[in-house]
Amino acid sequence: MITRDLLLDILKNIAAVIKDNRQFLTDLDAAIGDGDHGINMNKGFKAVEEKLDTVRDKDCGTILKTTAMTLISTVGGASGPLYGTAFLKAAMVVNGKMEIDNEDIVKMFDEGIQGIIMRGKAKRGEKTMLDALIPAYEELMNSLKDGSTIAEAFNKACKAAYDGVEYTKTIRATKGRASYLGDRSIGHQDPGATSSYLIIKTVADTLNR
Amino acid sequence: MKKIINNPENVVNEMLEGIVKAHPEYVKRLEGFNVLVRANGPSKGKVALVSGGGSGHEPSHGGFVGEGMLDGAVAGEVFTSPTPDQVFEAVKAVDGGAGVLLVIKNYTGDVMNFEMAGELAKADGIEVDSVIVNDDVAVENSTWTTGRRGIAGTIFIHKIAGAAAEKGMGLPEVKRIAEKVIANVRSMGMSLTPCTVPAAGKPGFELAEDEVEVGLGIHGEPGTHREKIKSAAEITKDLMDKIFADIDLTQDDEVAVLINGLGGTPLMELYIVNNEVDKLLEDKGIVIYKTIVGNYMTSLEMAGFSISILKLDDELKELLNYKADTPAFKQL
Repeated sequence: MITRDLLLDILKNIAAVIKDNRQFLTDLDAAIGDGDHGINMNKGFKAVEEKLDTVRDKDCGTILKTTAMTLISTVGGASGPLYGTAFLKAAMVVNGKMEIDNEDIVKMFDEGIQGIIMRGKAKRGEKTMLDALIPAYEELMNSLKDGSTIAEAFNKACKAAYDGVEYTKTIRATKGRASYLGDRSIGHQDPGATSSYLIIKTVADTLNR
Repeated sequence: MKKIINNPENVVNEMLEGIVKAHPEYVKRLEGFNVLVRANGPSKGKVALVSGGGSGHEPSHGGFVGEGMLDGAVAGEVFTSPTPDQVFEAVKAVDGGAGVLLVIKNYTGDVMNFEMAGELAKADGIEVDSVIVNDDVAVENSTWTTGRRGIAGTIFIHKIAGAAAEKGMGLPEVKRIAEKVIANVRSMGMSLTPCTVPAAGKPGFELAEDEVEVGLGIHGEPGTHREKIKSAAEITKDLMDKIFADIDLTQDDEVAVLINGLGGTPLMELYIVNNEVDKLLEDKGIVIYKTIVGNYMTSLEMAGFSISILKLDDELKELLNYKADTPAFKQL
């Protein structure tokens, strides 16, 4: 169960983690993309943090929808529409709800991933954020089925996302700007998968606090 | 890295202000948005063309707003696609009732953001269609990549589809023309130096003093490979060979040539390249109908150039010759 206050904390913490990793993400992107991922994500989540004050007393759906629209209108690049679409799809699952139960969480995660697949026309194994998100989703779903608490389940999901990021080092990019490099993209971890891992890690850390 | 800026975060805003102040007879800025539209627009009953993308490619795309070319240009942050809300505002502002064609360069971010904007506009009852420019032959066009990038050849789409719209053609016709240009234009570039995004503060890649990057994109992203610097004749031949391998050109075919500077290359060197391109085309008996040399699709301060070759037919020739009057491109 994630209460509205906890959701607000999670979003605030994501903004802080993205800010701390701004240079790291930008450096990863400079190696195989155009070197703006950290800059853009930081700009987006900084704007989200500012916007959250205006929806503090609203339902979880509204809070997440506001997050989505803010990301869409501030991040730019590919990350804006992708993360924006993911948050928008997740928001629709909890429309009007003041609390998010475990079933909702699984559904939100799934809808978010489906949104990214739809918008990005990508699939697993193409060196994208999906390589962190899909294993994390599967681990979360299975852990909850096996009776883990939501905090434990997110810890396992976080580990799976981390492994997913490591996996992106071994494969060639076939989507996004990194695909132009061909085999030269091998050896580098994907910046989008990395920011996805950081987001899942922040959810896990906040839930385990 | 030295740059003549005030604050890295304000470069796009201050640049747009500067453009409007330089060319008030051509463009105005949509209040509160990073969008330039024609000063005298919207044109009632005319199909409107909107393009855009990340900043750092000036004069693309704001410099091509004007009669016979674009109706609106949307500027994102440096090398970053503009967001859907910005593109949507541009579409609303330029729609003269005959619909809007979005000219999108094939980058994942640009395509997604412009598509989202198109969805918003359609939901608002505006007729919108789009074309995706992918002229860069450096990138293999296979199921394994996002597809080819859109680079300097985009200028030909602005010019020719812009003329079609100005002549009063409907949206499906303007789109057909744009797609015909896309199908017949190929580009390939190389660079001598990387470039530095102001907010990043350091170059996107590094090159040794005697190295060049071949087949790179226009965002400082690395190219297909590196090699030692060669003579202008050899470099030009390498790039033209890639283009020739990809487009069916035979004796007596007519082409338009664009030698595009990436921002940090002197015109002297661009003209030297043009001289080589002319020789290579002449050797094959290909007729040069029109040549354009200059900085049209830049990559900040990057030194380097691209060659674009557009195969022409009578319809494209007529539209290429049609009047255009914009800050960065004039055809009288």
